Amino acid sequence: MAEKPIITVKNLVKNYGDFSAIKGISFEVYEGEIFGLLGPNGAGKTTTLEIIETLRDKTSGEITVDGFNIETDADDIKQVIGVQLQSAGYYPNLNLSELIKLFCGLYGINKSPMEMLEKVALTDKARAKYKDLSGGQKQRFSIATTLINNPRIIFLDEPTTGLDPQARRNLWDLIREIRDAGTTVVITTHYMDEAEELCDRVAFVDGGHIIGIDTPNHFIDELVASGFERKKQVKLANLEDVFINMTGKEWREG
Amino acid sequence: MNPQKKYSNFNATMAIARASFRSIIRSPSAVVFSLAFPLIFIVVFANIGGSGVTVDVGVAKTTDTLSPVYRALKGAKVVHLITDQSADDMAKSLAKGNIDAIIDVQKNNAMPPYTLHVQYTEASQQKGGILKSLLQSIFFQINSRGNTIPQPVAEIKETTVKGREYKYIDFILPGMLGFSLLSSGVFGTAFVFLSLRLTLVIKRFFATPVKKYSIVLGEALARLVFSLLGALFIIMVGHYAFGFTLIHGVVTVINMLVLAALGLIIFMGFGFAISGIAKNESAVPPISNIITMPQFLLSGTFFATTAFPNWLQAISKVLPLTYLNDAMRKVAFEGAGLNEVTHQLLILGVWFILIYAVAVKTFKWE
Repeated sequence: MAEKPIITVKNLVKNYGDFSAIKGISFEVYEGEIFGLLGPNGAGKTTTLEIIETLRDKTSGEITVDGFNIETDADDIKQVIGVQLQSAGYYPNLNLSELIKLFCGLYGINKSPMEMLEKVALTDKARAKYKDLSGGQKQRFSIATTLINNPRIIFLDEPTTGLDPQARRNLWDLIREIRDAGTTVVITTHYMDEAEELCDRVAFVDGGHIIGIDTPNHFIDELVASGFERKKQVKLANLEDVFINMTGKEWREG
Repeated sequence: MNPQKKYSNFNATMAIARASFRSIIRSPSAVVFSLAFPLIFIVVFANIGGSGVTVDVGVAKTTDTLSPVYRALKGAKVVHLITDQSADDMAKSLAKGNIDAIIDVQKNNAMPPYTLHVQYTEASQQKGGILKSLLQSIFFQINSRGNTIPQPVAEIKETTVKGREYKYIDFILPGMLGFSLLSSGVFGTAFVFLSLRLTLVIKRFFATPVKKYSIVLGEALARLVFSLLGALFIIMVGHYAFGFTLIHGVVTVINMLVLAALGLIIFMGFGFAISGIAKNESAVPPISNIITMPQFLLSGTFFATTAFPNWLQAISKVLPLTYLNDAMRKVAFEGAGLNEVTHQLLILGVWFILIYAVAVKTFKWE
């Protein structure tokens, strides 16, 4: 993969009054990769994403997104990104197809709702309300709304939190498809197995600092090389494999 | 991607307006407050209106207040004598049905010693009838007392002026319209913006190229269209089912809708302000009630504010709904044009400036 940066963050700082949430972080996201921001709650992952998404002001630092400067070209950035917020709701009393139409209007783009719902396998739910969807369906619908404007980059904030193993795997497949179609994906998660499985590169964030950026494989090899050993002997399968094996791989609605 | 195509704020605004309108008509509370409640009130009050009757009788300045006829009328509980209006005002009130009759008692030098001139009005035939039978009984008593004299003590001379009948529906319907606009504007706007903010819908909107004013404008437009359709429906039901008076027909309806739009825009200002002040959805009803209840009760929705004691009237005279109701009734019943209710419009304008100054300060996007 040609390592061409599509997002560049330099010395980003964010203060809330006396509290400093982000203390000067720098990283690059390459075009066409799935980039993971990992870290404990309150590490500053969501704040970092929201600043890049132009939803929050930064205190200082420089950010460019697809060649646009975050300070001067916020409107251009909004045109080329798709955003999924953590626990965001949708306009009340509308069905999925009407919600897609609303977003088409907001982006100034003409797309048929069915075409978008097809991408996330929700065509049979076109007339359903968002609140009546299952957890996995909700996340897939959220992802559909991020794809309406054919974005260059999409941001997914903890998209798999609260999903069962089948729904989670189903969402991973969807996210990989989106990357394979040429869209860069920036994702945050608490699940390390997910990051290991899904992300091309990850950055660890803690206490407002980035404490490491690399591929998951490289991080693991490094740790092993330092002499680290798991207390329990690693088996060839884990309990999730057992769960999937026993309950089947196909994903259930509901 | 089509970067050549220019982004249209208008299309974005209309997309929000369409979405919001769909959402409103599917929300049970909006439909109940804006349509069902006003109609129920209209049906109830149109049927019980007119109980506890008093007959308002104007007393001409030339009346002989020492005459036995006048004293007998003064003693009658049903009769409310009005002595403080000029002859001109009285004549106007009579034609509108604001007073039910004008009397003039004169002492004659010849027989009979007193003549009572009564002017009734077609605008209030029912109450005129009550007064008529009352006068007859008074006269019967007076004249039989003077039985020793062959001639009667007094005689009645009656005339009836032309006027339109002022039905209770003509009073209650504009009030109900005002109530509908008030609750839709205040409750509806406050709830929608608070919930859009709390559920991060607005935040998600901000990740698209949409402008802030498109969000406010789109929402306001949807509410305006919904409320005006509701107002039109209420007026039509009132007109065809209850005989609500529309003097100049369509022109009157259009004038009423213009007033409704102005009223709604002001009431939405309260809604914007409340959505900013309220911390969560359960805080909306109490704050909204503080705004709507006093206006509901004191702005002449059910009863004319003139029935209140003076100190209460002073409060009524501050509230915006009072002026909206007032203007509505003038336009609907008296056939006034919008240029004839400038006083009311001016006070509504002051409210507009006040409330939007507050709303701009308190409104929160996140």
